[in-house]
Amino acid sequence: MSKNDEKKNVNKSTEILKRTDIEKRLLKTGKNESENVRIIKRILLYISPYKKYIYGSLISAAVSAILSLLIPILTGDAIDKVAGTGKVDWNGLIVILIIMILVIALSAAAQWIMNACNNHITFSTVRAVRKAAMKKINNLPVSYFDKHPTGETVSRIISDVDQFSDGLLLGFTQFFTGVITILGTIILMLTINPVITLVVVLLTPLSFLVASFIARITYKQFKTQVEVRGQQTNIITEMLEQEKVVKAFSYEERAEEIFGKNNDELARTSLKAVFYSSLTNPSTRFINNMVYAGVAVTGAFSAISGRISVGGLAAFLGYANQYTKPFNEISGVVTELQNAIACAGRVFDLIDEEPRKPEDEDALILGLIKAETDDKKSQVRAAGALNGDIRFSDVSFSYTRDKELLKNVNVFAGKGKRIAIVGPTGCGKTTLINLLMRFYDVDDGAVTIDGYDVRHLTRHSLRRAFGMVLQDTWLKPGTIRDNIIMGKPDATDEEMIAAARASHAHSFIRQLEHGYDTVIGEDGGSLSQGQKQLICISRVMLMHPPMLILDEATSSIDTRTELKIQNAFAKLMEGRTSFIVAHRLSTIREADSILVMKDGNIIEQGDHKTLLEKGGFYSTLYKSQFEG
Amino acid sequence: MKTLLKYFHNYKIECVLGPLFKLLEASFELFIPLLVKRLIDTGIATKDRDYIIRTVIVMVVLGAVGLTCSLIAQYFSAKAAVGFSAGVKKDVFAHLMELSYADIDKLGTSAMITRMTSDINTLQGGVNMVLRLFLRSPFVVLGAVIMAFTIDVRTALIFVVTVILLSIVVYGIMLITSPRYRSIQGRLDNITGITRSTLNGVRVIRAFCNEENEQKEFNDETKALVKLQIATGKISALLNPVTFMIINACTVWLLWKGAVMVDTGRLTQGDVVALVNYMSQILVELIKLANLIVLLARSLASANRIADVLHINPSMHEGSIDMTWTGKPCYVRFSNVSARYSGNAEPSLEGVSFVAAPGQVVGIIGGTGSGKTTLVNLIPRFYDASEGDIEIDALNVRDYTYDALRKKIAVVPQKSVLFSGTVRDNILFGNKEATDDEIIDALKIAQAYDFIKEKKGALDHEVTQGGGNFSGGQKQRLCIARALVKKPGILILDDSSSALDFATDAAFRKALRDMPEPPTTFIVSQRTSSVMHADTIIVLDEGKPVGIGTHEDLMRGCETYREIYDSQYVSSGKGASR
Repeated sequence: MSKNDEKKNVNKSTEILKRTDIEKRLLKTGKNESENVRIIKRILLYISPYKKYIYGSLISAAVSAILSLLIPILTGDAIDKVAGTGKVDWNGLIVILIIMILVIALSAAAQWIMNACNNHITFSTVRAVRKAAMKKINNLPVSYFDKHPTGETVSRIISDVDQFSDGLLLGFTQFFTGVITILGTIILMLTINPVITLVVVLLTPLSFLVASFIARITYKQFKTQVEVRGQQTNIITEMLEQEKVVKAFSYEERAEEIFGKNNDELARTSLKAVFYSSLTNPSTRFINNMVYAGVAVTGAFSAISGRISVGGLAAFLGYANQYTKPFNEISGVVTELQNAIACAGRVFDLIDEEPRKPEDEDALILGLIKAETDDKKSQVRAAGALNGDIRFSDVSFSYTRDKELLKNVNVFAGKGKRIAIVGPTGCGKTTLINLLMRFYDVDDGAVTIDGYDVRHLTRHSLRRAFGMVLQDTWLKPGTIRDNIIMGKPDATDEEMIAAARASHAHSFIRQLEHGYDTVIGEDGGSLSQGQKQLICISRVMLMHPPMLILDEATSSIDTRTELKIQNAFAKLMEGRTSFIVAHRLSTIREADSILVMKDGNIIEQGDHKTLLEKGGFYSTLYKSQFEG
Repeated sequence: MKTLLKYFHNYKIECVLGPLFKLLEASFELFIPLLVKRLIDTGIATKDRDYIIRTVIVMVVLGAVGLTCSLIAQYFSAKAAVGFSAGVKKDVFAHLMELSYADIDKLGTSAMITRMTSDINTLQGGVNMVLRLFLRSPFVVLGAVIMAFTIDVRTALIFVVTVILLSIVVYGIMLITSPRYRSIQGRLDNITGITRSTLNGVRVIRAFCNEENEQKEFNDETKALVKLQIATGKISALLNPVTFMIINACTVWLLWKGAVMVDTGRLTQGDVVALVNYMSQILVELIKLANLIVLLARSLASANRIADVLHINPSMHEGSIDMTWTGKPCYVRFSNVSARYSGNAEPSLEGVSFVAAPGQVVGIIGGTGSGKTTLVNLIPRFYDASEGDIEIDALNVRDYTYDALRKKIAVVPQKSVLFSGTVRDNILFGNKEATDDEIIDALKIAQAYDFIKEKKGALDHEVTQGGGNFSGGQKQRLCIARALVKKPGILILDDSSSALDFATDAAFRKALRDMPEPPTTFIVSQRTSSVMHADTIIVLDEGKPVGIGTHEDLMRGCETYREIYDSQYVSSGKGASR
């Protein structure tokens, strides 16, 4: 069980590592332009159902941007009406101010509509992406989950999608309005005074140059920081996850020393990275101020020669401020968008994973009797009553190409037989079960049930035919009831309680405050490993499946309780073909046939007595139990 | 947050200089509208080109000085923020290292890691931003209002009204949305939970054909999230348009009032332009401030979580007896010991008394949750007994310093944990002074030398994080070697041969017995075969000792022990009959 916990912890730490990974990704983006275009197209595809909102957003963005651009002009006009003492054009002023109020109100309304539309688009798109990702997860082969740590996949569905939605929202809100604002400003400035406009347009690219120059310097510093921080995360994860061991060996001081050294180094590199990256804002602001000064001097000269009014100059100065702002924002948005695209790419990678092999069109339905169904389609595919003859013929299999595991394995389990599998860790016991349940497909040979190749059966009918209890005592977050009736959702309370009694789980469940309605959390909450395993056993007891798989099903239960459960199992197994994996030899002595596995091969086969008499590997294993 | 303020101690100068230079920069910015006013009222009105050029040069100089100030400010802020977080991190790490097992259980590993990584990073970013910007924005707003007052007191009142209105709106919207954001976070946590459980339980879900169910749950939850997000979004989307509206409406008011003033000769045209400029400066700063507040709220939350960790007082304190470790086997005595985990109503261990003479082997056996691990965890004081005394070499364990105590004891935990580094590094974890010969001796006793010898580089073979490149049984044997190299007086094997096959387990126990001066050994196990040859066997049942004695004694006198034995040795049918 500790293995399971360990796995969980590792997952947690990879999740945390992933967070700093975002920085890494930030550095990596922009490497593959065509790839980015492909991802953007894909995003657009997800957005397309919300056309109504997109149009709404685009129109209101344009309206609000253009209207807010009018405000400086109107302000300038208003100032021109206030030329000096006694020279105020009251009628003109009132008209302008009324127009201003209308413009302001409309612009604000448009801004709100735009924001609301963007929210709708973003959140709905994100949901669609998450839904697609989850659907894919339920369709991936089990090998995917064995290869990818949970934390990594969770971070794709949760934090990557979040990053992506942030980027999308920001992109929508700011990119489009930014572009419109820039274009609008140029046009409006041109209408006031082309010469001064030229000054603004020529000076602005300076701020880009400076920004990209700083970005280049910062890049190197960031890279070092990412590396050192990665090391630090590793130290933290390792030392804190194993703090009990660290303390047991009085290693605290040395741990602090190692951490301290790295921490100092991180502080040094961070200072550089943080400082250099913070140069961008003041520098671009300085350039903006220069633009402002340029407008002031050319504007003032033009005003003297009468080519521009004072109000016009005021409007211009307002624009000079506004004009550079969207540029700065857009460069921020571009980084954010790049990050969003990288994140979207990771999610799409998951969505694009090769799904498990689809079922054959004419896949048979195991256990379905023709006469029992009215559905024509199902009748054709009915495989008939289940007998329970399981056969492995010449099965070869490997998880990775370079390391062969099972080689020409032949096993026959007739109806109602109990087959036990024993052998050292890693010898392929669990693999047999993976093949039986079709979590994996054989490389060569075939697994058949009643003569039907499992690859030609529907997955659901195949799996429904087995009751499975694993060493991994996974419980679904929810009530205990939800967990027990998982395999038979329409079970009555009486049936459920009978099943729990049979697995000796009833007595402890009854003692819980809410009994069967006790809600258990993500990792089983306060239940012990043994109690969790009892619930898993109840689940199978309720199902009365035609065939059984017990993979170290009682490993977390003490031997006395186990004995009692054995009896229930014995009853359950009567007349049912069953496979039992165990390392406690006492639990498998009763089997009809024992498969002794070593390094992927079945080296001995027979019942307890004959194997013992044979004096081979099994008898050595068995005898070592008696000799201290 | 207060707890963390002391980490600014070494950066007092930076903390003052950073914001100070930022404020200097901001004040220069505040002069710009005044310069524009002079440009209009003096320069343009009198057509004085020299005056205009001089004014603009002043603008450029102000800008350059502003840039310099700003760069200095950024440097000091970065230095203070980075130094602050390094200091916090160092202390939090050290503090975490001081916690007892009970504290670690309560806090949880993932919480500790999050505090050390993402929380401190968020905090560092927050501190940096606060030093750079947080003072700046209110200063500019306030400054703009004051400058407006210098131009004209009565029109400046419009500014006061504007600021008050804005504060009400910003505060109101945040007040309404923040609980909603919290429930959004809660929903998101649920989705994470469902995703994680779907992934972890993939085999079971598929075996029970429950995929559709999972998908439906996930879809329902995301649907609820989207509904909440869109509803909240509608409210928070008001923030920008409303502030925009207020500021511009006040500009209109300002223009009207300004017109009246200009008409009566109290203000010039340039004054009005300057006032309008100040108004738009306020708008810009407020938008910055609103973004900053979100960041600040997050940083404060992180700061509080970190402070909470620092506030945890280690629940145990060490004694003062520090003695040099002789390497002799120890004498251990339990007198009427009980232990209770915090939060549990029932004690996990009750009334245990026994004596272990130096070099003896004590077996501890019992069912799941019977208190076996609890018992051995009391010896090195991983937890404290709630009642009774534990003595090692005639001294109470509470009187030793942790160091002195734990030097005597070596533990092989249930879970085999290796660290990244070489095999040698891992073994040296137990005793950094051990020679290669001593390491090899330990490996030999632990039955690990044979497979280590085969590995590339032998002792220099790399162990990946978590020991992923070794099998469960191999890891367990390396952990045993790590404990042995300490040359402990007490060796605790907490079900640490569970992954070993019976033959290896037996060989290991024999090698241990054959050591020239074997430590006093505690063997926790569910297997009778592992403990039956011990000098004393303690049988636990639901925390209570139900039998203490040798195998033969217990077979005769202890029903629980006999049941355990039978369940493992006699065929299941007979064993169950009572």
